[in-house]
Amino acid sequence: MRRKSGALAVYAAAFLVFLYAPAILLPVFAFNDSKIIAFPLSGFTLEWFRQILGADALHDATLNSLFIAMTTAVLATALGTFAARAATRYKFPAKAGIMGLVMTPLVLPEIIVGVSLLVAILQLGMELSLFTIILGHVLICTPFSAAILGSAFQNLDNSLEEASIDLGRSRFDTFRLITLPLVLPGVLASLLVSFTISLDEFIIAFFLAGNETTLPIYIWGQLRFPQKIPTLMAVGTVLLAASLTLLATAEFLRRSSIRRTGADAAKGLM
Amino acid sequence: MPNSSRFAKWRRSEAFRGLALASPPFLYALTMLAAPLAAVVLFSFWTQDYLTLDRTPTWNNYKTAWTEAIYQALMLRSLKVSALVTAATVILSFPIAYYVSFRVSPRRKTLWIFLITIPFWTSYLMRIFLWKVILGYNGVVNGSLMGLGLIEEPLTFILYNQNAVILTLSHAWAPFAILPIFVALERIDRSLLEASEDLGDGPVRRFFRVTLPLAMPGVLAAAVIVFIPTIGDYVTPRLVGGPNGLLIANMIELQFKKANNAPLGAALAISAMLIVTIISIIFLWLNRRYIRSRA
Repeated sequence: MRRKSGALAVYAAAFLVFLYAPAILLPVFAFNDSKIIAFPLSGFTLEWFRQILGADALHDATLNSLFIAMTTAVLATALGTFAARAATRYKFPAKAGIMGLVMTPLVLPEIIVGVSLLVAILQLGMELSLFTIILGHVLICTPFSAAILGSAFQNLDNSLEEASIDLGRSRFDTFRLITLPLVLPGVLASLLVSFTISLDEFIIAFFLAGNETTLPIYIWGQLRFPQKIPTLMAVGTVLLAASLTLLATAEFLRRSSIRRTGADAAKGLM
Repeated sequence: MPNSSRFAKWRRSEAFRGLALASPPFLYALTMLAAPLAAVVLFSFWTQDYLTLDRTPTWNNYKTAWTEAIYQALMLRSLKVSALVTAATVILSFPIAYYVSFRVSPRRKTLWIFLITIPFWTSYLMRIFLWKVILGYNGVVNGSLMGLGLIEEPLTFILYNQNAVILTLSHAWAPFAILPIFVALERIDRSLLEASEDLGDGPVRRFFRVTLPLAMPGVLAAAVIVFIPTIGDYVTPRLVGGPNGLLIANMIELQFKKANNAPLGAALAISAMLIVTIISIIFLWLNRRYIRSRA
């Protein structure tokens, strides 16, 4: 199997360059001492990060986004736990249809999710607010949560729960004392992934936002002003660092979850 | 009381427990997705005149969406762009998925998959904007090519047109194509490859007769996962598409927001979604038939 891997390895390396091109330029321009985003670079500065501190609208948008992302993470993970548990443990009528509907947002164009919620909300006479953005974000994060938790539940050894019930524990106690601790790392991974998706989501939020802005909506508004771009690069750099920290944590937790339930770490990847 | 005891028995059954557990996410999807989708369908048959809504059902929005030149042109252009993005993404992604599955040592595979997904946690809007920086008149690509003396004048065909939209979207969707293909390749029983070799197939023949057909489910999943959602992206065409790169999603957004004609926007959104779904179903059906005929 090792023959002719030369050309493929070169391709793989070139592909990584393509994948990383934008992500690498982000910090490069965030620290570049020029208002114009172009090469050659002119020097090192922390000015753009300093400007983040003084931008009140940015702070409001960030607080809104954090609130939305945290609420979304909790709600989506709760719904995802129900879905994953039902899908991995039980057989019931119309299972494929029910699970199919829950997972649909994964393959639906986001604009459809945004537009349909917008129409429904306006028809009901509700006001657009941060809350309406949360409704949309929970919808798109639940399938991710269900997928992550699905692999955690899948690897769970049923005999542990059966033993607990045989020994006289109630179903609820069994879930609380046996199941939950075993899948807890999966739950945390789902919280982190949902949080990260919600924090960066623009297409749906743009439709469902009322007068309040989220971080991506703020970025979208600022992209029109060339003099604001360097600060946006700094914001993007901070966001990237934060996302990577969160996701590395999520991945670490997911693996320790799989280890706890006694399966091979590489297996549950999808 | 036979009825109540039967109910009590059913309540303890596996079917009841499963349904009870599945109901919160199901009800959420029903009220937040299925019902709103039905509302959009209803809405697309109404008429809006600035702020007043006329609820008399009419086909007019669909007539406009399907017959007026501008909407036809945008829809066709969107389908073309989505199809090209899908083709480019799947073709570019296959070798990398193949490399990770067949050439990377098992212990390093997770690391590679992680490496592939990391760039996608860069802010989505900033990532698209950075492609503008890379492809622009004074951008990274032109700067490097001129620096190397390969071109005299900056290339202008790489930004503010469809090529830029296709490139940016292919980049954005690459991991969504790589992962399903990788999973399909991982599932291939390696002894089948040895068998093919033992039967005298060369590497090329073996690839087309064994590896590719067995990887097809992953390739098809990748194609559909990329094709359907790209029709709904209005950000990429707006930022890198230039005046002639705008797509149907931009028009839907415009109708819902500035143009204040949400029913027409709804008709356009429903039409776009139906078209991509039908194309995907036909595509999957044809491929399934093809795979069966070869099996």
